[in-house]
Amino acid sequence: MIRRLWLRFTLHIDGFLLASLAATMLFGQIILYSASGQSFDRVLSQFISMLVALVLMWALANLPPQHLMRIAWPSYVLGLLLLLGVALFGEVSHGARRWLHVGVARIQPSELMKIAVPLMLAWYFEKRERSMRLSDFAVAAILLLLPVMLIAKQPDLGTALLIAASGFYVLFLAGIGWKVILGLAISAAAFAPVAWSLMHDYQQQRIMTLLDPTQDPLGSGYHTIQSMIALGSGGIFGKGWLNGTQAHLDFLPERHTDFIFAVLGEEFGLAGILVLLVLYLLIIARGLYITSHATTMFTRLIAGSITLTFGTYAFVNMGMVSGILPVVGVPLPLISFGGTSLVTMLLGFGILMGVATHRRLVKQ
Amino acid sequence: MTRRPELRNHQRDLYYFRMRLTVAGSIALFLFMLLAARFAYLQIFQHEHYQTLAEQNRISIVPIVPNRGLILDRNGVALAHNYTAFTLEITPSKIKNLGQTINELSTLVEITEKDRKRFKKLLEESRNFESLPIRTRLNDVEIARFSANRYRFAGVEIKARLFRHYPQGEITSHVVGYIGRINDADLDQLEEDGNFANYRGTNYMGRAGLEQSYENELHGTTGFEEVETDAGGRAVRTLSRTPPTSGNNLTLYLDLKLQQVAEQTFGKFRGALVAIDPKTGGVLAYVSKPGFDTNLFVDGIDTQNWELLKNSPDKPLLNRPMHGEYPPGSTIKPFMALAGLELNKRTPSYTINDPGFYMLPGSSHHYRDWKAGGHGLVDLHKSIVISCDTYYYGLAVDLGIDNIFNFLSNFGFGKKTGIDIEGERSGLLPSQASKMKRFKQKWFAGDTVSVGIGQGYNLVTPLQLAVATATLANQGIKMQPHLVRQIQNSKSGVVTPIAPQIAATLPIKPENLALVRDAMIDVTRPGGTASRASAGASYTIAGKTGTAQVVTIKQGEKYVESQVAERNRDHAVFIAYAPAENPTIAIAILVENGGHGGTTAAPIARAMFDYYLLGKLPVSAATTPEPEEAEHD
Repeated sequence: MIRRLWLRFTLHIDGFLLASLAATMLFGQIILYSASGQSFDRVLSQFISMLVALVLMWALANLPPQHLMRIAWPSYVLGLLLLLGVALFGEVSHGARRWLHVGVARIQPSELMKIAVPLMLAWYFEKRERSMRLSDFAVAAILLLLPVMLIAKQPDLGTALLIAASGFYVLFLAGIGWKVILGLAISAAAFAPVAWSLMHDYQQQRIMTLLDPTQDPLGSGYHTIQSMIALGSGGIFGKGWLNGTQAHLDFLPERHTDFIFAVLGEEFGLAGILVLLVLYLLIIARGLYITSHATTMFTRLIAGSITLTFGTYAFVNMGMVSGILPVVGVPLPLISFGGTSLVTMLLGFGILMGVATHRRLVKQ
Repeated sequence: MTRRPELRNHQRDLYYFRMRLTVAGSIALFLFMLLAARFAYLQIFQHEHYQTLAEQNRISIVPIVPNRGLILDRNGVALAHNYTAFTLEITPSKIKNLGQTINELSTLVEITEKDRKRFKKLLEESRNFESLPIRTRLNDVEIARFSANRYRFAGVEIKARLFRHYPQGEITSHVVGYIGRINDADLDQLEEDGNFANYRGTNYMGRAGLEQSYENELHGTTGFEEVETDAGGRAVRTLSRTPPTSGNNLTLYLDLKLQQVAEQTFGKFRGALVAIDPKTGGVLAYVSKPGFDTNLFVDGIDTQNWELLKNSPDKPLLNRPMHGEYPPGSTIKPFMALAGLELNKRTPSYTINDPGFYMLPGSSHHYRDWKAGGHGLVDLHKSIVISCDTYYYGLAVDLGIDNIFNFLSNFGFGKKTGIDIEGERSGLLPSQASKMKRFKQKWFAGDTVSVGIGQGYNLVTPLQLAVATATLANQGIKMQPHLVRQIQNSKSGVVTPIAPQIAATLPIKPENLALVRDAMIDVTRPGGTASRASAGASYTIAGKTGTAQVVTIKQGEKYVESQVAERNRDHAVFIAYAPAENPTIAIAILVENGGHGGTTAAPIARAMFDYYLLGKLPVSAATTPEPEEAEHD
């Protein structure tokens, strides 16, 4: 009886993926304890978020992909409406209009779109699978650009670009022509000066700072300089857990959220970083494996997009902390403190597990 | 892209899909490798560079300011000491809106208009990354109230600071001096002198008096602490510590009680008094009346008080004993008499018949004696006792200005005494050269006449007069005047006495000195110009009165004290030493607008002697002596 319950419970769980995720998150808890200034409360709160996220992941894993398809366009439309709502009635916080008051709760619709956009695009290509034309890609591009533009306007360039990336992966995997990609790349390069002039001052500043962080060491370059000092001073084996001077003496800003990676690099050195890189690569590899064995257009596209987006998050965060990408507000997946991004991330992996296990069931 | 056929080949699609997935996976792998390379670069190849930066980030060198040395009187009574108090300090560079922050602070801690003004002045004088006090001497309630609200005020801190305090205030103002905040000009000077490092963290330095001249002894050596600091600059823990060495303590010759006696007996009068131990040159009392509260200067004086002190007609900021230059009046006569004897221009028995005036040969100008009708027959002894002007008019002319200049300059007139406080004036001893230099005029025979009675182009400082009197008392051995008696090393406790120094030994015959001394003794006895000065004393006093003219009286006019505005009245001068046979104290007193030396100045000397020699305190303070008809000069 218990064995049957256990089987039922674990039926839609991908063991390998779960193990990799859990290992990464537990490693994250260790880093977070140090990064939060040994705050047990923070670690506990993150642990609870993790449990909630795991339950939601389990629930979504149990949902057959065809059911997921049904909620694709409603969630997309809802997200789009909420984004419009934000643009019109949103609440301004830290100079950006990102939040919407719904009764008592404040919601950030761009979070929802991280899942809803790839779902919508995958659903669209699934519908058009039998007769895909160039015009379908144009329609998909519009479906993608609408939310991206609204989010970029908030302004939240980081999230906009990441959602654009997740959508682009769907287009890419759906078979958008190489020539089109090349064309897009060229026109993007041509468009760059125009985009520069449309950017907000602080966005321009971030890019300038990336080119030369010492230009403004106390202003916008401060984050980058301090995180590079943290990483560099960590050396090969690090200063030891809880011994990071950059982190514990407050030189490192946002050290338990966006810049938590610098704490890892300072205290555990290159060795610790390589452990995390390997864990991330294991998750990505497993995701790609699941994707390549997915049976339907929809599941392939959604699984591929989720996996690649995960890799993109990790890359962008680590790139920004090590000073090769501009500072954009992107958390380090599975490690940074914050429940929302953890839930969004694990919901994605829930879908991935669903794709993996329901395929197996079909086979059986 | 070409149009695809309606029905697609499932296997081929899957192949294409997997190919694309492989491409994407490879790109992801490549990017992660790129990151790994970046981390290897930062953490292996640039490790040392960033290691250094991290150390610089976290370690800062914090100076520990040494305790300033104490200044004590000869009995160990503190004239300048330190105490710890809490101050509320603002670092202007860390504050966005200074005015608003101060307003908010004033709801927690009392900040008066004066505090604001003083802070504004400090702000103008300082570099804005310095921590500047807005309020000093916080009480416990204020400290508690601010601490509870501290989170609201980044850049505002409570600091425990050592404060300099002058417990004697006005009484010792000009001798002890004061410290003041170090300004930009001082910093440049310190840098030039190579003292900059030792003054890191020090906010104050000596500005006047002993505080200034003994700055190097009093300051001490700054210690250093290597502390780990966080990004906000707050110290987290100490890594190493080099303790500071406190400044050395100064013990003076000065006797505070004696100084207080002088203060008391001066009463409402302005003036100066210097008492010297003739055998050592040690300064026993150094009075400048009125003084000022030096404590006002410690935190930086506010404009209102400054204006008040600066513009006061009583000139409290004037260091009278060494900055005040006055005509010596008749107090010059004992020295003139010595010159006459030494240079064989007079014998003790040489007598003149004083008609009440003196005339240069071939001139009708009358140089008047102070006593109309004259003193009759006057020899050297009597000339001093009754202060005969006519005697000295003739003596001066017989000596000639060059002889007078040479003889008197041996006593230190016209030269700085070299006392251990800065800013001394040299006075003016008349000579042919000095008149030419100052007035571009030749010396006339008539100029010499009034030099004989200490008027004319004759200016001395009370300090010079005291040194000359002490030299007279010490058988012509001139001791270097000195305020500091010994310096105590604060670390080892070792006391180094400052050896008395002979400034000059004047070759004066003892019998001539005795003649002058005996006359000076009779000055203080009935019949002398200070007839009551030694009344009832168990020791003998040798003295000489003097009157320094403030306004010249025209030929044919008479000086009537009651008709002259108070500030145009003559200054009273008195020099004395006691006990006359074996002097242990010599005094010069100048009472501004005090009238006659015998009346106002001599009683002060008597009170000083009574205390110093007998330990007797004056009966009552501030009793102005009755004018005495007989005393004049």
